[in-house]
Amino acid sequence: MEQRISKKILIDRLQKEILLLEGFKPATAGSLRFKGLESIEAAFPNAVFPTGTLHEFVNPLPEYTASTSGFIAGLLTAMMRNTGYCLWISCSRSIFPPALRTFGVEPDRVIFIDLVKEKDVLWATEEALKCKGLVAVIAEVKDINFSQSRRLQLVMERSKVTGFIMLKTKGQLTSTACTARWQISPIASEPEEGLPGLGFPRWNIELLKVRNGDPGSWKFEWSSEGFKQIVQKSFTINVEEETRKAG
Amino acid sequence: MQKRFVSIWFRYLTTDWLCIRKPELFHVPFVFAASIHNRKVITAVNSIAEADGILTGMPVADAKAMVPQLEVFDEKQDRNTKLLKAIGEWCIRYSPTVALDAPDGLVLDVTGCTHLWGGELQYLQELIHRFKSKGYYIQIAMADTVGAAWALARYGTNGSVVESGKQAEALLSLPPAALRLEIEVLQRLQKLGLYNIRSFISMPRSVLRRRFGEGMLQRLSQALGSEEEPLVSIHLVEPYQERLPCLEPIRTASGIEIAIQKLLESLCQRLYKESKGIRKVVLKCYRVDGRIEQVEIGTNKASHHIPHLFKLFELKISSIEPALGIELFVIEATKVEEISPSQEALWLENAGKNMEELSELLDRLSARIGSEAIHRYFPDEHFWPERSIQLASSIIDKPAVIWPTEKSRPTLLLSRPDKIEVTAPIPDYPPMTFRYKGKLHYVKKSDGPERIEREWWLEAGEHRDYFQVEDEEGKRYWLFRSGHYSDTDTSDWFIHGFFA
Repeated sequence: MEQRISKKILIDRLQKEILLLEGFKPATAGSLRFKGLESIEAAFPNAVFPTGTLHEFVNPLPEYTASTSGFIAGLLTAMMRNTGYCLWISCSRSIFPPALRTFGVEPDRVIFIDLVKEKDVLWATEEALKCKGLVAVIAEVKDINFSQSRRLQLVMERSKVTGFIMLKTKGQLTSTACTARWQISPIASEPEEGLPGLGFPRWNIELLKVRNGDPGSWKFEWSSEGFKQIVQKSFTINVEEETRKAG
Repeated sequence: MQKRFVSIWFRYLTTDWLCIRKPELFHVPFVFAASIHNRKVITAVNSIAEADGILTGMPVADAKAMVPQLEVFDEKQDRNTKLLKAIGEWCIRYSPTVALDAPDGLVLDVTGCTHLWGGELQYLQELIHRFKSKGYYIQIAMADTVGAAWALARYGTNGSVVESGKQAEALLSLPPAALRLEIEVLQRLQKLGLYNIRSFISMPRSVLRRRFGEGMLQRLSQALGSEEEPLVSIHLVEPYQERLPCLEPIRTASGIEIAIQKLLESLCQRLYKESKGIRKVVLKCYRVDGRIEQVEIGTNKASHHIPHLFKLFELKISSIEPALGIELFVIEATKVEEISPSQEALWLENAGKNMEELSELLDRLSARIGSEAIHRYFPDEHFWPERSIQLASSIIDKPAVIWPTEKSRPTLLLSRPDKIEVTAPIPDYPPMTFRYKGKLHYVKKSDGPERIEREWWLEAGEHRDYFQVEDEEGKRYWLFRSGHYSDTDTSDWFIHGFFA
């Protein structure tokens, strides 16, 4: 019995060591916390959002790209704390810099690299990920294969820069070396009670794959205070529709 | 340091040039001729024709009578100036200051250059041999002054070196024409029987001035060195320039690397002392075959950090084609800026270091993909969405105005609004449905309109009424109607962006 317990402790310790080697740090006082995202953080090992690794976002539609950009901008706000810079590398960029301000990022702290060739995007991303002076690198690519993502992952293991890959693929997804694969899709917003028009942006955040973690799906809103999880199921949409019919 | 000048005289400049292009003319007497006053006059003579007694200024008919097999080519205007300029540029490898001496000569300021070729005599020999191997016959001399070198190249022995301060003795036996005098003065001297410089050099200056004018005195003192003669160099020498001549032509990439490293070291050392940094550097590689290979790098922030600058060059080394070899490397800092003192980095240690790394990264990126691919934006005070941002000029600038937040703007903005089909109640309600890329969207919620007027002082056109809409799936769009409704055209709705 005692032996079994000690074995379990041993395995636990080994697992922790492996996690440490893979770049998952245990939660410490200094580690980065994302306000409002606690439930998503819980899905990752040690309940810490892994920075210094590669995250992959799947965007089959431009509407998804818009939501993903918003979500990433929200993450960047916490990561940058109004200092530092990040790079946005793309060859078909459509993000509108002033919109980043809505999510708390100073748009002049984002440097956009607009390339012509798809091939150069990965090269530039790799170069950028080597630079310890950056907070994060966001790359928009059409496709990424395992060895390409592995290369990026190896580079960032040394520099500890966080990488966000925005995939514009519609086809089959290949397996990559990314720590997490996300899909952020827009869902109907809810205006404040009694007011017409649109509410705060709302997303369905799906964590499709997490290394050593639990995939899941959450509904979040970007309110004036930042990320806010939506817990209760809302019925107001139906109600509104009915009132409209009556009107 | 005593200045030293070399004068090169291309005795058969244009004819030698033609011989190089048409080797079959090598043993044929030929001339260049141009029409002057309705007759053809010889403007240039090759050495064989000259030996037969043909001179420039002779009518072609006379020359043909003397040498029946003489070939005549048309003279082209400015050919010799162009030729001289090209040769002058090639000569940069021998001295940084090369000046044209029209119509058929070059002047090189060789102060402090000759020791690289092992001495003054060897320097001249090298020049003579190099030009001979290229097919040009030159007469050449070196002296303390441009005037003395000019005189000896044309009227003295070829390849002579006048020791420093001895130019007066060297000039004595030469004819007055060696002083570059005007034709009338020369004729007057001839008439008076003054056939060489010795015969009038000791005359009082007032006498000479009265009889021959101020111009002659100037030429005389320029030749003797009592008056400075300005040279107009073909290339202005950049204030921050380093040169590295090579004993053996360099052909390998590692050789080029060593050269760049050496040049950067000496250049950056100097910049460091003056607390300046490089924004733009050009590396010129002078090849043995006369071509110049050139690469340029730029930085986002003034820098004299050698490893960083070297890295930028490293990316470009593959584009340098050494061919038979490179014999001279010249590095020029074409844009130099004051470096902000690194005290700032002392206070915010991390931030300063990060900035340094970031700007070095951007330099590396722009070296490969071009600096026009790197964008940073500041808010611009326009409501018109396309004009609401402006490019920032550098990464250290701060925006002059704060980013506006009062109006919500889409996360994605289409570079060009796309036309959509809508069903919308008039006069100014949001659409009920719209069709974009073949898909029908039912609008469930909407905000607006937000009217944005076109800035009439910038361009003419319709205003836009923007609506934020959300469809039945919760996707959010930015639509606008261009202008007012009119009876004629109805479908002037566009999609301009996507909200998060």
